[in-house]
Amino acid sequence: MELVTKALAGHRYALARLISCIEDDGTDARASLAALYPHTGQAHVVGVTGAPGTGKSTLVNELTKVLRAQGTTVGVVAVDPSSPFTGGALLGDRVRMRDLAGDPGVFIRSMATRGSLGGLARATSDVVKVLDAAGFAVVLVETVGAGQAEVDIARTAHTTVVVEAPGMGDEVQALKAGLLEIADVLVVNKADRPGAAQAARVLEMVIHRNAFRGGTDDNVWRPPILKTIALDGSGVPEVLEAVAAHREYLQASGTWAERERARVETELRNVLQQELLDRLMARVGEEQVRAWVERIAAREVDVYTAVQAILGM
Amino acid sequence: MSERLRILIAKPGLDGHDRGAKVIARALRDAGMEVIYTGLRQTPEMIVESALQEDVDGVGLSILSGAHMTLVPRVIEGLREAGLDHVKVFIGGIIPDEDVPALKGLGVAGIFGPGANTQEIAGFIRQQLTEG
Repeated sequence: MELVTKALAGHRYALARLISCIEDDGTDARASLAALYPHTGQAHVVGVTGAPGTGKSTLVNELTKVLRAQGTTVGVVAVDPSSPFTGGALLGDRVRMRDLAGDPGVFIRSMATRGSLGGLARATSDVVKVLDAAGFAVVLVETVGAGQAEVDIARTAHTTVVVEAPGMGDEVQALKAGLLEIADVLVVNKADRPGAAQAARVLEMVIHRNAFRGGTDDNVWRPPILKTIALDGSGVPEVLEAVAAHREYLQASGTWAERERARVETELRNVLQQELLDRLMARVGEEQVRAWVERIAAREVDVYTAVQAILGM
Repeated sequence: MSERLRILIAKPGLDGHDRGAKVIARALRDAGMEVIYTGLRQTPEMIVESALQEDVDGVGLSILSGAHMTLVPRVIEGLREAGLDHVKVFIGGIIPDEDVPALKGLGVAGIFGPGANTQEIAGFIRQQLTEG
């Protein structure tokens, strides 16, 4: 609990320790989160997602620089994948964030996914809460290089920025379900490369169709499509203007509260699921589970029958 | 509780050769650690700040420039001032034998030169970090 008090008072190492404790689900993690919770709900949580190599980290670096120039404090959570085989991870997002060193108004934390598949780590939303409670006005969450199905960020962030780059695929890719549907702001990065205008046009078409589905009245948010060259910062202030406009839209339209409830509901269900599974597994025991695995693999019994039997135990 | 070892790999100073740092980062990743890789041209202050924010157990410095006797004491001092005395420091690169005792005296936990076996390095670092 001492960590919480110190972290809330602006002690940076206490903040780092607290994040580790929550990431590891260590002693006091849950009590700490309970103590922090009343202090949360202030930050604008902005997700940055997109395929590997589109320039997410570089964009986060530039977004943070512009926000800092405006006097806004920024927390960054950068997620990279853990190896499914060794559990190890190479967290390399800091390489692109050198410019932010030495600024007390910025706090960057790298996180490994530790087995989660939705583009974030299980503890990411809790780490966001810590940075929110610690007073960072904007929390930028950079997901793992996301393909098509890693859409957890939409449930964690108020505003989701989807980053694309030229040459990432044709129109059919853009028509598929997933990442593009969760975009509140669309960025075509590397706009100095050939194919950028084409990429923006394809997105324009897809987004318009999505928007029609949502109705044509003025109250619907239409994701703007913006071009950036994150390497030199071109177009980055415009992205932040769009992010700020989205926040205003969320608040004015009542969608902010709606999203907050949706987020809480997902969180509640996830935690319940995990807790129930943990409790059940503690009762059943690893040995029983292994025995069932053997029987299912040997085709003696199917998985649904096995689950019924386990739950009936 | 699933506590994972976290280690920062950084290249302080101005030499631009990061091959070795990347090879080690990869080896430590394969050994199951979470490796925060910061890349080239880090100042000691940047390294200490990253170590603090990332709450790492260890810091690995790759130095090929010959400036280790200037850079390493500044990193170790910085860690101490930041209250990170428990963070172990490892060095890889070109370190002449005669500098080894002085570096060990500063508290460096391991020094690895060219040709060192990456698996052995990973094993040694793991052992050092888990010893507390």
